[in-house]
Amino acid sequence: MTQKTVLNALHRELGARMVDFGGWDMPINYGSQIEEHHAVRRDAGMFDVSHMTVVDLHGARAREFLRRLLANSIDKLKVQGKALYTCMLNEQGGVIDDLIVYLLGDEHFRLVVNAATREKDLAWIEQQAKSFGVVVKERPDFAMIAVQGPNARAKVIGLLHEVDRPRIEKLGRFAAAAGQGPHGIPLFIARTGYTGEDGFEIMVPEDQAVALWKELAAVGVAACGLGARDTLRLEAGMNLYGQDMDENVTPWEASLAWTIALDEGRDFIGRKALETQKAAGVQRTMVGLVMDEKGVLRHGQKVLTPQGEGEILSGSFAPTLNKSVAFARVPAGVTDNVRVDIRGREVPVRVVKFPFVRDGKACEGI
Amino acid sequence: MSASEIPGDLKFLKSHEWARIEDNGLVRVGISNHAQEALGDLVYVELPEVGAEVQAGNGVATVESVKAASDIYSPVSGEIVEVNESLADKPETINEDAYGEGWLFVVKISNKDELADLLSADDYAEQIENEDH
Repeated sequence: MTQKTVLNALHRELGARMVDFGGWDMPINYGSQIEEHHAVRRDAGMFDVSHMTVVDLHGARAREFLRRLLANSIDKLKVQGKALYTCMLNEQGGVIDDLIVYLLGDEHFRLVVNAATREKDLAWIEQQAKSFGVVVKERPDFAMIAVQGPNARAKVIGLLHEVDRPRIEKLGRFAAAAGQGPHGIPLFIARTGYTGEDGFEIMVPEDQAVALWKELAAVGVAACGLGARDTLRLEAGMNLYGQDMDENVTPWEASLAWTIALDEGRDFIGRKALETQKAAGVQRTMVGLVMDEKGVLRHGQKVLTPQGEGEILSGSFAPTLNKSVAFARVPAGVTDNVRVDIRGREVPVRVVKFPFVRDGKACEGI
Repeated sequence: MSASEIPGDLKFLKSHEWARIEDNGLVRVGISNHAQEALGDLVYVELPEVGAEVQAGNGVATVESVKAASDIYSPVSGEIVEVNESLADKPETINEDAYGEGWLFVVKISNKDELADLLSADDYAEQIENEDH
């Protein structure tokens, strides 16, 4: 059965083209995906991300549990409201999901996990939580709106109750705080995102999400669909679960080494497998590709390198760059002489460092 | 776009290409407004060579949107006599004016009988109506 967010009727009213996204009926665009992309790079756009799964963890041993569950170190979170991006691994070191965890209290953490992996994530978390006596509580009562772009924060802050404004203004990157929105709507405001731009991801009680969306639209925040969200996150060099990594891929093979904390004596799930793989030498790696010729790199295309074959993971036209970029998984050691098979045509591509775009502009060498 | 906005002089393939019969046995070809809406923003168009011989129902061009690449089939057989070069720099013209400035190529038809196999504007309107439900 297809699920709908509380904003579904509004999207349809706005003329959105709707698609199935992991079992959810979601807007892919409201007219032009490219214009929505530019709105976020140049001004401010908003996305309905209410399909994402919010899970609260409560318990005296919640932190100890997360030391075991997560590949990044929960002990990096010391101040209430701080957030951390991390993978959750299986025993083989494969990625079950990537997620954001917030520290909300001594015995209270909040996870935001992917929509498409909701059921297996909840089952895994509950199974692991049992022996720690941690209570796992899903929060379907929240809708979520991501407001992103160089002017996103100012537009959101302008809508807040004035006593909250200075505090939310000072909110650091990857931190969250409660605040009161228009009509007194209670908000959980996080300075996070999935576009490479500054902005907020805002949790709002479901029954007040439509009101918040309309207030944001009234101050000039453009409605943006998941199509633009995908090209924005790709340009920003951010992985998409299911496309760039899954349970058969380790973080070493998905450019996620920066999220692995091999801190002394912490026995997280998957650690042994990661250490074994690293000691033996990681055979595959994820690289960025840019194509200067016309055409579009797409998921599943074959990549030809002197070291052997690979494949395109996320690939798309990049509206900020006006050419195509991609992530590819290739044999370790690939640096150049790479071609991609585009429907029988072998097209040369360049191997580059990513992100491809930062602060609204092409990165050096792209 | 409602069905009534499909120009009545056009013929269609089920696969959403339109054909406009012009003077001297020339047939101008493009994709329907419904097709451009489904594809989303177009970013790249690969056109046939002028002078190429094409067969009705064969893939002769490719249009790529942000979302997907689609083969474009020729509604009729014949020789390609003109292609829309301006699409190389402005593929979004197809999004803006699918039945006009966004045309793709012109075929000099070799067998006029093939025109009878194409859908009328009304039949095509009915087809996309049914797709939407």
